[in-house]
Amino acid sequence: MIGLSHYLIVSALIFSIGLMGVLRRRNLLMLFFATEVMLNAVNIAFAAISHYYNDLTGQMFAFFIIAIAASEVAVGLGLLIVLYKKYGSLDLDDLATMKG
Amino acid sequence: MYEVVAFYLFSALTIGLFFITIMSKNVLYAMTSLASGMVLISGFFFILGADFLGVVQLIVYVGAIMALYSFAMMFFDATRDIKEKNTNSALVFLLGGLSALVLVLIFAAPIHSEAIQALYPMHEGVGNAQDVGIVLFTKYLVPFEVAAVMLLVAMISGIILAGKKMDSSLTEDISADDEILTQKDEK
Repeated sequence: MIGLSHYLIVSALIFSIGLMGVLRRRNLLMLFFATEVMLNAVNIAFAAISHYYNDLTGQMFAFFIIAIAASEVAVGLGLLIVLYKKYGSLDLDDLATMKG
Repeated sequence: MYEVVAFYLFSALTIGLFFITIMSKNVLYAMTSLASGMVLISGFFFILGADFLGVVQLIVYVGAIMALYSFAMMFFDATRDIKEKNTNSALVFLLGGLSALVLVLIFAAPIHSEAIQALYPMHEGVGNAQDVGIVLFTKYLVPFEVAAVMLLVAMISGIILAGKKMDSSLTEDISADDEILTQKDEK
């Protein structure tokens, strides 16, 4: 039978994949994809805890996480477009302007 | 029985697809695998009995956010492979995996599972959407309104940030524009 720990392990695995992507990626658009992976992993954990403890709070938090992700994407993509207009690139190594 | 099969199938597929999202060099492959992974995650929500959350996941993530990403992808040069300077990939893998493990342990360690009690328990015989609505509009009304204002601010900022000088091409590939113009002349 599938228990809570199964879901938490899957969620931790997906979160690790997302974190690995955040550490590894150099392109800003791909970095955004990795953060979406991490947010989704957290949502799975919240829904699983909500189901196994028979409590609705987890689902509520998942809804707010989805709302935050939506606004993050809207603002972040606007900033990406401004950056691309200014520098012509989305590579983090090119954008490091404060390097001494 | 079906639950077990569905759980293992969904988890294997989700992990594989998200791995493609992380490792792929092509933006289009990364985005499609991310979208299909999100569809499968809504499958997790349906297994867990969170029907409304699953539907919201499908509409907001797969519908809205992926559409936004695909529009953004069209502004940038998406067909080209992304060249990333990854120095010593094995070391990055090791450090990334280790720090992810440490982060999970840090967040999982203080949870004392016996002490968790249901704050807003689910009701018997009431549908999930109805239950969610009751709790959302009684206990979480203020966060709900704040989230609405936040989405409005995000919309305005997105329009203002992206809307300037939208008539000129971002990728500045003048040859493509000339090609379109010559094709237009030939007609």
